[in-house]
Amino acid sequence: MKLKYLKLDRIDGPLIVLSGVKDASYDEMVDIEVAGKEHKKGRVVQINKDKVVIQVFQGTSGISLGNSSVAFSGGPMRIPLSMEVLGRVFNGMGEPVDGAGFYAENKYDIGGRPINPVGRKYPRDYIQTGISSIDGLTTLIRGQKLPIFSGDGLPHNEVAAQIVKQAKISGDAAANFAIVFAAMGIKHDEAEYFKRQFELSGVLNKVVMYINLADDPIVERITTPRCALTAAEYLAFEHDMHILVIMTNMTSYAEALREISSAREEVPSRKGYPGYLYSDLASLYERAGIIKNSKGSITQIPILTMPNDDITHPVPDLTGFITEGQVILSRDLFQKNIYPPVNILPSLSRLMKDGIGEGYTREDHPDIANQVFSAYTHVQEIRALAQVIGEEDISDLDKKYLEFGKQFESKLLNQSFESNRNIEDTLNIMWEILGAIPKGELTRIDPGLIEKYYVG
Amino acid sequence: MNNGNSSGKLVFINGPVVKAENAEALKMREMVLVGNKKLIGEVVSIESDKATLQIYEETSGLKWGDEVVSTGKPLSVKLGPGILSNIFDGIERPLEHIYETGSAFIPEGIGLISIDLNKLWDIHLTVNVGDYIEEGSVYATVQETSLILHKLMVPPKMSGKVTFVEKDGKYNIEHTVVKILDKEEEEVELSLYQEWPIRTPRPVKQKRAIEKPLITGQRVIDTFFPLAKGGTAAIPGGFGTGKTITQHQLAKWSDADIIVYIGCGERGNEMTEVLEDFPKIIDPKSQKSLMQRTVLLANTSNMPVAAREASIYTGITIAEYYRDMGYHIAIMADSTSRWAEALRELSGRLEEMPAEEGYPAYLPSRLAQFYERAAYVETLSGTEGSITIIGAVSPAGGDFSEPVTQNTKRVVSTFLALDKSLAYSRHYPAINWHNSYSGYVTVLKEWYDENISENMMELRAKILRILQEERKLLEIVKLVGEDILPDDQRLILEISKVIKVGYLQQNAYHKDDANVSLNKQYKMLTVIDSLYEAANECIRAGAPISKVKNEDIFYKVITMKYTVSEENLELLDELIKEIYEYYISLGKMYRKGGAQNETEISKIR
Repeated sequence: MKLKYLKLDRIDGPLIVLSGVKDASYDEMVDIEVAGKEHKKGRVVQINKDKVVIQVFQGTSGISLGNSSVAFSGGPMRIPLSMEVLGRVFNGMGEPVDGAGFYAENKYDIGGRPINPVGRKYPRDYIQTGISSIDGLTTLIRGQKLPIFSGDGLPHNEVAAQIVKQAKISGDAAANFAIVFAAMGIKHDEAEYFKRQFELSGVLNKVVMYINLADDPIVERITTPRCALTAAEYLAFEHDMHILVIMTNMTSYAEALREISSAREEVPSRKGYPGYLYSDLASLYERAGIIKNSKGSITQIPILTMPNDDITHPVPDLTGFITEGQVILSRDLFQKNIYPPVNILPSLSRLMKDGIGEGYTREDHPDIANQVFSAYTHVQEIRALAQVIGEEDISDLDKKYLEFGKQFESKLLNQSFESNRNIEDTLNIMWEILGAIPKGELTRIDPGLIEKYYVG
Repeated sequence: MNNGNSSGKLVFINGPVVKAENAEALKMREMVLVGNKKLIGEVVSIESDKATLQIYEETSGLKWGDEVVSTGKPLSVKLGPGILSNIFDGIERPLEHIYETGSAFIPEGIGLISIDLNKLWDIHLTVNVGDYIEEGSVYATVQETSLILHKLMVPPKMSGKVTFVEKDGKYNIEHTVVKILDKEEEEVELSLYQEWPIRTPRPVKQKRAIEKPLITGQRVIDTFFPLAKGGTAAIPGGFGTGKTITQHQLAKWSDADIIVYIGCGERGNEMTEVLEDFPKIIDPKSQKSLMQRTVLLANTSNMPVAAREASIYTGITIAEYYRDMGYHIAIMADSTSRWAEALRELSGRLEEMPAEEGYPAYLPSRLAQFYERAAYVETLSGTEGSITIIGAVSPAGGDFSEPVTQNTKRVVSTFLALDKSLAYSRHYPAINWHNSYSGYVTVLKEWYDENISENMMELRAKILRILQEERKLLEIVKLVGEDILPDDQRLILEISKVIKVGYLQQNAYHKDDANVSLNKQYKMLTVIDSLYEAANECIRAGAPISKVKNEDIFYKVITMKYTVSEENLELLDELIKEIYEYYISLGKMYRKGGAQNETEISKIR
């Protein structure tokens, strides 16, 4: 039996400090018994000789300097995992919250270890989402981390739900598909929305949920994605499953990190976020991927809302530097009533280049995607010009580009929540809308392909 | 020296920064082993009997009272055969080996392993008993990879008379192959490797002036913003602007002998891509795999932050070692911003006073010290070698006014600014020709004059002028539209389009376009120049832009990068001929009768 410590020195926000501790180790879990009945969990975040700083998970309310006792567990935080997690709902500490108990023989350290770059397999197989703007222009690859950058009030939840509903991977792997859902600081109704959508699309028994709602303790918000990713690693690398991890909302997560950092009186860097925000986010995002000695994969779709739609805010900015691209939703398109309002110009899938084209999607995919990007950029320039001099006075060629722009938004981008387009359909629509501009303008496409596919 | 004895006990633990007490024996910058798992650390500050250490591994599980063991030497790397075509982490631990002995994940406490100790190398000794050898002298050679002959050199500050020479044969790197008697009459044994502290630059005889380009095969760089052997360059750009792909292109195609690629705090999948791609790419000159001349250092964003800070120094130390053999090295550091952030993170944990944006006040001097290790040198043994540093910078929010970009700008000579709007329109490489610059244009002019053509640099200036002109015109076009402009100015716009699409854009995935020789670059420039001059002549003769912009000819010029391969560059001369034939006849028509000749003119083509 481990020693229990009865006297605390200080309580400050989510932190408690106690002294006289002999055998604590950094990152160790503790159990705090409050007033003889309630149990809270905590984690050692700093050791200074016999003085230990502990971060309390369920919040420090109710704790006084004298009413609690602290027991050290002897190791870092571990959660129990088995195949039975599928279909269950847990809180941010990996405890079941759906009414039933949960027991498993093996427990897993939620910290995770970095994947050795030598042990990784480069992701090359694409996932068809049925959403044209993603499949055609920012293709999602199995093992990729592709975040959705959104704004408050934009339909990122719908887009994520549609991806979950429609995501299709090729071949026999399809049966081994499961979803891990990590909710951090989202509202109750958002969580309900996701649950309902999972139910409607009949995947509920293939979903593991780790939920930390907006009014749940913020310290648990830090462990929520770690529990979820540990479950994902377990399913993917021990049971060869293909896991899609949805993490929402990363901005709330980063804010929780900032809150704790400030309580610990750390030196802040940009916008008050701690200097280690990049490393911390990386320790989550880098857990996506495929490893050599397993058939499974982890694909991540983190969702974040950009405060004030500002992409240079530290959270989207640092995320963009770690993830393999980003899908950006635009308020302009949303107001034009276009769903999904994906602004394709700043959106990007870094792994797309190796997962499309002959043998993957279709031979014309790389060239035509390139052409659509370049033509749509040009459309933006012409629109700016037309605003100044009027649409009548622009050249005939420019008018054709404007027509292309219109069709691009109405035919390719715009689709309903129910519509599930396969990759062939998406590529054909791309050729159809490029028909609005003359052949000679298609400088990004191989002449042979133009011959074969152009419809003017 | 204190070998393996306890030199202190842990009293404070906070992430990668810990403090030890009773640590009088520790020296500044010394390497230490901490706790039961023997985590590797380095002493970063000493105050009375307390030492602050930064730990290169995950500190989870450390306890108050854990022992700190001194190693007696500064953080060093082993330098010897076995480095090339290998992949290491930030403190030279072999990732391949770690993978083979464990799982796909990196465990902590793997200890101080480095280059392979067991592998046998075929050694050829080049000295005899009785010879006097001094620092930098080569005493043996070994074919490390099919591309690189590894020369074993007497470490700096060592010299003496050879008393023993091993026979040629196969030995592992710890085998003593030469013994010398140094000035103090002490016997020194030389094996196949030496150790060197990563934070100390290796000495050279002298630094030389820069006069040769580092040819990269990338048109926008070689023609407009050249790099130099022994020079420095920075590639700044927000996320998604193609920094990494540009770095990969340089690593693949630049004419350096050896590439040191440092993945510093970047994505794991990117390193895997390099590992899968490079062995497959065949160097056009040697017909050997590119991996034969490459060493990779990977400290991805989720690996310990202190090792990320060290990876830059490990990389440059390895580069200096090969430079001393007389090779030309190019270092790609992707990304120096992640390194600066590691500095910031550690500085924050040390509770140092922050300067700009939370970065420590010593950021500029550290950056300068790093880039200063690039140079074209005469080595200790009298040969020539060079190190070129190409550092990617990832400015927060793509804003170049942030401290890392600004302080880097002050110490590098070539600045290749990546541009978001170019990247959005998929114009790659997205190097902005207005904001970029190269300080080597003047010093390299002589080289270009002698080796390519006397007017290459003139053409370069001329094309840049056209692009400059275009920028001004586009401002007007934005307000009033293109139709208002006179025809000669519209020609500028059309030619600029040709330059951008046909020359500046380069397709990294096209077999004839990924890597372009300087000769082809020069010829392509002359084609574009001919098109401009001939077309301009016609406009002066009165031809309207609609006739001057012949779709067919413009299309041929734009696609010449794909249609003309390195083997048949004479096709470009033919293209020039074709251009002149068309425009001379067009010009004649207009000079003769102008618009009245319309019917005849329409017959041309």
